[in-house]
Amino acid sequence: MLQVFRAAAPRTVPVLAGYMFLGIAFGLLLSSKGYGWSVALLMSLFIYAGSGQFVAVGLMTVPLDIGMAVLLTLLVNARHLFYGLSMLERFQGTGKWKPYLVFAMTDETYSLICSTKVPKGMNKGTFYGIISMLDHSYWIAGSLCGAIFGSLVSLDLKGIDFVMTALFIVIFVEQWEESKDHTAALTGVFVTVLFLLLVGRQWFLLPSMGGILCMLTLLRSRLEVKYHDLVTE
Amino acid sequence: MTLSQSETLLLVAVIAVCTCFTRALPFLIFAGRQKTPKYILYLGEVLPFAMIGMLVVYCWKDVSFLQNPWGLPELIATGYIVLVHKWKHSLLLSIGGGIVLYILLCQFVFA
Repeated sequence: MLQVFRAAAPRTVPVLAGYMFLGIAFGLLLSSKGYGWSVALLMSLFIYAGSGQFVAVGLMTVPLDIGMAVLLTLLVNARHLFYGLSMLERFQGTGKWKPYLVFAMTDETYSLICSTKVPKGMNKGTFYGIISMLDHSYWIAGSLCGAIFGSLVSLDLKGIDFVMTALFIVIFVEQWEESKDHTAALTGVFVTVLFLLLVGRQWFLLPSMGGILCMLTLLRSRLEVKYHDLVTE
Repeated sequence: MTLSQSETLLLVAVIAVCTCFTRALPFLIFAGRQKTPKYILYLGEVLPFAMIGMLVVYCWKDVSFLQNPWGLPELIATGYIVLVHKWKHSLLLSIGGGIVLYILLCQFVFA
């Protein structure tokens, strides 16, 4: 086990920096909304999804709406569906680690596992498992640090909400650079702007999601070829 | 506003279950190695792009462009993030710097 740990830990260093930082930002944001460190711990332990948790904070500042929470979470996480599809084969023979590997498959862990070869003679399940657990622990540690710091120091954090905007803008830029065709990204932006203007900020999300699904379905014959290369990489 | 303790627990549980569900779904459905419907594969390819686009707009929903400060702090900080991220691809510089810039703009420049 120690040997596997020694082989796996260095691979996770880039994620360590990213997760500590984003985790701290998440913890700070959550505590600025009046939630304690235990909520941050619960969320990072059991939800363990970057964008999902930032969206969740938004849901925690308005009256409880379970239906919206379900819909938003499913749609924000739709990409996991595709990660899972490409991991079906890779996770075969990972034994007792498999359920945890599936649970802990975040964007970062997915790309680590995709790009890392299992060292010769090492058990695949244990190797992937240790990588996943390390990433998970960085995320938990980061969000706990942020939440505790946020509750101890009474900073004027007016404007900290912008962390969520910043995160999504960065992901948007990265996706923009990754794809030659921008129809899908622009569909998301324009359909949402349209419904925001049409029905106002309280009700625009649901029709936007419906509109995006419709548009993408209509554009399927045009887009399917263009986006295919990206996925089979 | 803040949710009550039981509401918070319920919400966290629901989101945790839904998140886990999306991660496990392919393994549950396609364990038998049947072919994945092409429509689902297609959605898996394009939805991630569209959803992030939607979320960017969602984050901007409370910005009002028609009154002071006319969305300027958001526009300036967004411009910074896009340029710096394209240039350096460093989360710390782009997100960290962007938040600090935004907070400074809100609290001092456009206060």
